[in-house]
Amino acid sequence: MPYIGSSVKRKEDVPLLRGIARYVGDIRRPGMVHAAVLRSTRAHARIAGIDARAALELPGVVGVLTAANMPGLKTIPMRTGQIPGLERSQQTPIATDRVRYVGEPVAVVVARDRYVAEDALELADVTYEELPAVTDARAAMGPEAPRLHDAVPDNVAAEFQVETGDVKRAFAECDLVVEETFETQRHAAVPLETRGLVAEYDEGRDVLTVWGPTKMTHTNWRILSELSGLPQSAIHFIEPAVGGGFGARGEFYPEDFLIPFAAMHFRLPVCWIEDRSENLKSMNQSRQQSYRVRLGLRRDGTVLAMDAEILFDMGGYTRTHGGVPIIASSAMLRGPLRVKNYHCQVHCVLTSKTPVGTYRSPGRYEANFVRERLLDMAAHRLGLDPAELRGRNLIRPEEMPYDHGKTPFHYTVYDSGDLPGQLDAALRHVGYEDLRERCARAKAEGRAMGVGIGCFVETSGIGPWEYARVEVDNSGGVVLYSGINSVGQGIATALSQIVADEMCVSIDEVRVVHGDTAKVPYGNGSNASRSTVMGGSAAVGASRKVREKLMRLASAELEIDAGDLVLADGRISVRGAPERSLDFAALARLALPGPALARGFTPGISEEDFFATDKRPFPYGVHVAVVEVDRETGMIEILDYLVMEDVGRKINPMIVEGQMAGGLAQGIGGALLEEFAYDEDGQPQATSFMDYLMPTAMDVPRGQFISTEDFPSPHNPLGVKGAGEGGITAAGAALANAVSSALGVEITRLPLKPGYLLELMDAAEKG
Amino acid sequence: MSMRTIRLRINGVERAGEAEPRRLLSDFVRDDLGLTGTHVGCEHGVCGACTVLLDGDPVRSCLMFAVQADGAEIDTVEGLAPDANVLHPLQKKFQERHGLQCGFCTPGILLTARALLREHPAPDETEIRKWISGNLCRCTGYRNIVTAIREAAEEMSDGQADAPALRQD
Repeated sequence: MPYIGSSVKRKEDVPLLRGIARYVGDIRRPGMVHAAVLRSTRAHARIAGIDARAALELPGVVGVLTAANMPGLKTIPMRTGQIPGLERSQQTPIATDRVRYVGEPVAVVVARDRYVAEDALELADVTYEELPAVTDARAAMGPEAPRLHDAVPDNVAAEFQVETGDVKRAFAECDLVVEETFETQRHAAVPLETRGLVAEYDEGRDVLTVWGPTKMTHTNWRILSELSGLPQSAIHFIEPAVGGGFGARGEFYPEDFLIPFAAMHFRLPVCWIEDRSENLKSMNQSRQQSYRVRLGLRRDGTVLAMDAEILFDMGGYTRTHGGVPIIASSAMLRGPLRVKNYHCQVHCVLTSKTPVGTYRSPGRYEANFVRERLLDMAAHRLGLDPAELRGRNLIRPEEMPYDHGKTPFHYTVYDSGDLPGQLDAALRHVGYEDLRERCARAKAEGRAMGVGIGCFVETSGIGPWEYARVEVDNSGGVVLYSGINSVGQGIATALSQIVADEMCVSIDEVRVVHGDTAKVPYGNGSNASRSTVMGGSAAVGASRKVREKLMRLASAELEIDAGDLVLADGRISVRGAPERSLDFAALARLALPGPALARGFTPGISEEDFFATDKRPFPYGVHVAVVEVDRETGMIEILDYLVMEDVGRKINPMIVEGQMAGGLAQGIGGALLEEFAYDEDGQPQATSFMDYLMPTAMDVPRGQFISTEDFPSPHNPLGVKGAGEGGITAAGAALANAVSSALGVEITRLPLKPGYLLELMDAAEKG
Repeated sequence: MSMRTIRLRINGVERAGEAEPRRLLSDFVRDDLGLTGTHVGCEHGVCGACTVLLDGDPVRSCLMFAVQADGAEIDTVEGLAPDANVLHPLQKKFQERHGLQCGFCTPGILLTARALLREHPAPDETEIRKWISGNLCRCTGYRNIVTAIREAAEEMSDGQADAPALRQD
């Protein structure tokens, strides 16, 4: 019975359930001291002076660091998403003379414990010369707007456009043009564990050890080396247990430089654990985009053209992933539709707010909301059912692989799938026709019930390569050293399943090592639903090489042609003579340098592999939301919710379903509750969980989650497509469509807060 | 600041420590007693990750001072399983039903669920959801947590008692 495809229990769980897994905040080093970061209280200001004397006098304070202690500070580079121009607005790890968002690091206090460090923060005195703030992206582009970066005169950090076909001509042939503006609000990943780091410099060995970096340990390893001047060989990163990532955790943040710097400066192990208020002001935010868009159709509902302008609110600086969210939006706004004529103009705009980055399904969540809303609006005007309109425009299976045409910075050749078939299956599953009738009956009774569809294509499995090494250790156990990271998703289990199948051993015999730069030399980490796709494929390659080596060793020892040997149940036996066999431990002994060299073998049973590809898989699917809205209060009740997604192949169906369900909960949060609002001075209005509302068990329905394996991806040996983001990606879209349908209004922005719905209802009544 | 001596019984073991009056119970449990299974997610009483049982009732250890727990009985996640090789039915069902992903909220939810099952040995879905609505989970979407708690309740009522770990039952 293969492990792949089976819902085996997660290897990660028992330590987590027993409370013995060590997160970064659980790491204790001898003599460890604690850092607290003094953060800007101003959205835009010049720093006239920092007086730390009172803080330094406080008993227990080890020291206070500012930019003055860090000569030659470099800016944090982009690791991806490098749209030309963005490099002008990168961030230094600590403010030098000017601050550009509330929460920007200004000083670091180190003290014997965190209580004292926080006391000292209160005593440090920063003199600010206030500068005008700008919080609206459109306003920031105007001639009167304050300039945030000298190198970026118009606050437009970068611009680009996507253009395929002949948009102008296509619009001239349209019978209907739907023109609308849309807004998606700033919200973010907000994992339950805040960020944290422990750094320790061992002067005797000249090694800096850093616990905490995750998501892409190896990238951060390189960046810290570049910023600190220490060679990578003198830096050791260790990934602890991780309390959720969702795109935001593990990027190289200012503190990823400051805390190791403090450890080296004071020659003491330094622990920094962010509090929630800091987290809500300084971890990457996301999703804030504003659209002006036109969709052109024929009378029969055929989409002919789409033209969009998107403003991407970047916050105060460009961070490590550059323009990834907006690149994804501009590429994937077409989503599952055949849009031959497409134009999209993008402006990346700096504002006096927390910088942005990725959040699960970056850019696609926003774009799906916009496109799926436009489709419903067009359907309403053409008198077509929204499902019918989609059916006419979804890319058909015979068009696969489907090339959207040249798209800057993004690969857009869909690999495989039956999008119309998936939509039909989803509609059959929910009983769409009956639902529409139920909604109509409810409306006749004065109740506002609606059903909404959100179709999507996701992108996953980003390359360009991933590393794996598989070895057989002295006990005969199989160890996978992988360049991916864990962010809590269960990747060690999925990779163990893959390796156990390849190596014909029990999953209990497989150990997965990741996130440790002393043990894994290369890696691209866990993002963009790539871990199973890329890490799994590399693990397959390395396992196969190890299998060959085991066969060669056994063949020499047993003096039997390798073709007459069989590998099963963790041993190699002679075909037809199972008593003549060698287990992995025996083979490991044969591979020790002495016996191996004597026989002319390279010692050890250890093989590396890189899986490299310039292509990406595209999972696709459908969300269907059924809601009822209380017309008096504007409160939304989600009556039912279906997510259906084709993931190519499931390694562990239980984990896939868990990803879909967890993604949906976050998608519901983004659609209904979560928002980082700022006042006009750039002061953040959501700096605690009292103001930043995340969904609780009372807000999230049980839901239905169906993952299919209809079209394995041709781009990797496992056929997997990545399953981390399908649950969230069309939640804003489907819920907005369901609520629009329930109330007979046209929603054009998220979140769907009661006040906004009451406004729309009022406007509809006034006609 | 002057230090106070705090004595309490945690997971059935008498422990004592010195702490400033302002020290949070969560920090005392994690740093002074070394039980880091209790997690801190918000430090303002909303997320529920730091939930422990205080004389049997779920409390947020980030909203209490350690001195307030002087003389109390406290249960943390480390005391839930009878020993390293046996899981409590709640833990077992959380694993079977995939009721956790990153695991950061899990200790708080397990203890909340433990208190729920003491008070309502056979809760329905709504009851479970109400009880855990004070515990944020960012990973799972809650459904598998709810299922795990319901099934653990069934298993515990079948006589596969959870008693060993818990003093009072």
